[in-house]
Amino acid sequence: MAIEGAEIIKAAAFLGAGLSMGLGAIGPGVGEGMAAAKACEAIGKNPKEAGLLTRTMLVGQAVSESTGIYSLVIALLLLFVV
Amino acid sequence: MSFDTQTWVNVAAFLGGGMAMGFGAIGAAIGEGYTAAEANSAISRNPDISGEIFKSMLVGQAIAESASIFALVIAMILLFTDFTSVSCVTACVLLASGLSMGLGAIGSGVGSGFPAGAACKGMARQPEMSGRLTTNMLIGSAVCQTPAIFALVTSFILLFTNFSGRPVSPTWAAILGAGFASGLGAIGSGLGGGLVAEASCEGISRQPLSVTPVTNIMLLGQAVTQTTAIYGLLISFILMFKAFPETSSIAPPMALLGAGLCMGLGAIGPGVGEGFTAQSAVRWIARNENATGDLTRIMLVGQAVAESTGIYSLVIALVLIFVV
Repeated sequence: MAIEGAEIIKAAAFLGAGLSMGLGAIGPGVGEGMAAAKACEAIGKNPKEAGLLTRTMLVGQAVSESTGIYSLVIALLLLFVV
Repeated sequence: MSFDTQTWVNVAAFLGGGMAMGFGAIGAAIGEGYTAAEANSAISRNPDISGEIFKSMLVGQAIAESASIFALVIAMILLFTDFTSVSCVTACVLLASGLSMGLGAIGSGVGSGFPAGAACKGMARQPEMSGRLTTNMLIGSAVCQTPAIFALVTSFILLFTNFSGRPVSPTWAAILGAGFASGLGAIGSGLGGGLVAEASCEGISRQPLSVTPVTNIMLLGQAVTQTTAIYGLLISFILMFKAFPETSSIAPPMALLGAGLCMGLGAIGPGVGEGFTAQSAVRWIARNENATGDLTRIMLVGQAVAESTGIYSLVIALVLIFVV
């Protein structure tokens, strides 16, 4: 079975897309969970500030989500563009 | 030097058996060690009830051990069954079965150690709550074990399904991908579920009156934590049972392997992160019961955001299976 160069490139792109999204999802998942954990702690200590804390938590999570979105973009590029 | 297919099948069976037990021993050992450490510190704090603490340490460790015992069972089956070679697919099936159970036992083993340790510590603090602490420890650890059971189910399906009618390529990659998806996908949820159960045991011992909300929110938080393991199981079922057309190209098999790895790895982070969130929510509901509503809401919002990367992984895995 002869494998052409173009096929190997496609195979590597598929595997790379999977690894990119899979590994890239670990960090944001843990990080956002920690942010939410501290927000829960803060609301437990001071329930009056729930609104402000929720807002801050969501902004912080949005920032830590960014690397997950980079992974998603790279995975989609590998799947459909390369 | 060339080997026939039967040789490769035997190689895969022994390699799979070794990896099942090798990986499967990691989690339970760490979890049980943590439990024993907490039990020691609990006995030094309150030596009068050392018998009670010792008993609950052993019960908790027995539950944490179960994930490892599943791995032992799979390893024994792989070592002592005579697998007849159908094609190279059989070798991949045996390897994937071992990987699935071995990797899948890590999270549940570590996770189940946390509630057991917290229950021992809680008994030292509030000996009169020991009955309720044992109950919560058992419920929490049982939920922790579910990802390991998902991995066990995948291993058994792989071992006892007849894949002989399938084309060798890309079935070999789909099978390996299925093993990775359910094995790696179980790590995060097992660990995360354990963190939540730990907080519930700690909370009950701090504030015995908060038993009901603490138990309810523990179960809710654990349920959300389990979702990524369920995504892993879903992808592994699709990979095992979908009939893929035969191909001579290398690209489709790599897409299926990539889908399994993507979902398996992508489930780890959200599982652990959601566990942290629910752990903190349960801990603070016990200390400040008046804020239960606010805490439940923010826990669910926080978990939903942490889930997003797990959903991205699910989407990419589905695209790899169905689109490209």
